[in-house]
Amino acid sequence: MASKRRSLPEINAGSMADIAFLLLIFFLVTTTMDQDTGIARKLPPMPEEEMQEDDSQIHAKNIYVVLINAHNQLLVEGELMDISQLKDGAKKFINNNGVNPNSSENPEKAIISLQNDRGTEYMTYIRVQNELAAAYTDLRNNASFKKFGETYAALNKTQQKEIKKMYPQKISEAEPKNIGGNE
Amino acid sequence: MSKFRKEGKKEMPGVSTASLPDIVFMLLFFFMVTTVMRETTLFVNVTTPKATEIKKLKKKSLVSYIYIGSPIKRLQAAYGSAPRIQLNDAFASVDEIQEFIATEREARHEQEIPYMTTSIKADETAKMGIITDVKQELRKANALKINYSTRKGTY
Repeated sequence: MASKRRSLPEINAGSMADIAFLLLIFFLVTTTMDQDTGIARKLPPMPEEEMQEDDSQIHAKNIYVVLINAHNQLLVEGELMDISQLKDGAKKFINNNGVNPNSSENPEKAIISLQNDRGTEYMTYIRVQNELAAAYTDLRNNASFKKFGETYAALNKTQQKEIKKMYPQKISEAEPKNIGGNE
Repeated sequence: MSKFRKEGKKEMPGVSTASLPDIVFMLLFFFMVTTVMRETTLFVNVTTPKATEIKKLKKKSLVSYIYIGSPIKRLQAAYGSAPRIQLNDAFASVDEIQEFIATEREARHEQEIPYMTTSIKADETAKMGIITDVKQELRKANALKINYSTRKGTY
């Protein structure tokens, strides 16, 4: 005789794996693992009305002028230059330490001034930014090797700060000009 | 006859599949947790320029994106091929950027606002004119932390 209380039929879990697989495949397809990468920069705040121009205190020899025109050509310190030479040029300028009287006094005072045209291609602009950043990375790496025997990235926070103080990355961007015409 | 030799043919034991659902579930949860759904549909073609000195963008929830590039083929008949700005899910003009930043800020906690970053995803063929305009608007909106989105590589 059957018992009065009917036993609950067990749920068949055999298809669980199939369901899980289905979901898994869905998430596998929709997932995006790519991490966004880029060059981080900080924009200067908008100048206030009565702010005094104190550029006069910076000696012209401490400024490394990089101009990019609408044809993506570079004029560095008054001379035409290819992008491939920019990194070495910038390094030489920053690390001058007063050797050349027309170049920077020391790395802390060195400023790179970047100005582009409205017609400059974004690609060229990024390449220039990249080369300048690479110049600083190289110099910082050299300094950290000399001082701590490791690359800049491997240092701890306080050591990095020290190196950063030796080679502060000062890239100033002037308001762009519209000489090249177009747009 | 050796004591240990078994009688008859040896049969290969079948691999137990009882733990298969567990393994699959584990993978499933991993992907469920790591997945980030694409929230915007791109209306512009963006091939970011290559660079080597790149940093990873952390805290995706605090990043707002500005896309700049020429409209995709389907929309070129209506909008032309000149580079345009895309904010969220629509084309926008330069003046709308300040408003966009304000809405992005409202959606975040007050303490998080200083850490917010604006990622400029611009096409490598775009001209600096439009990018400069965007940058000026960002300065006006006081959104000073920016990131030029790039790929890893050299020319």
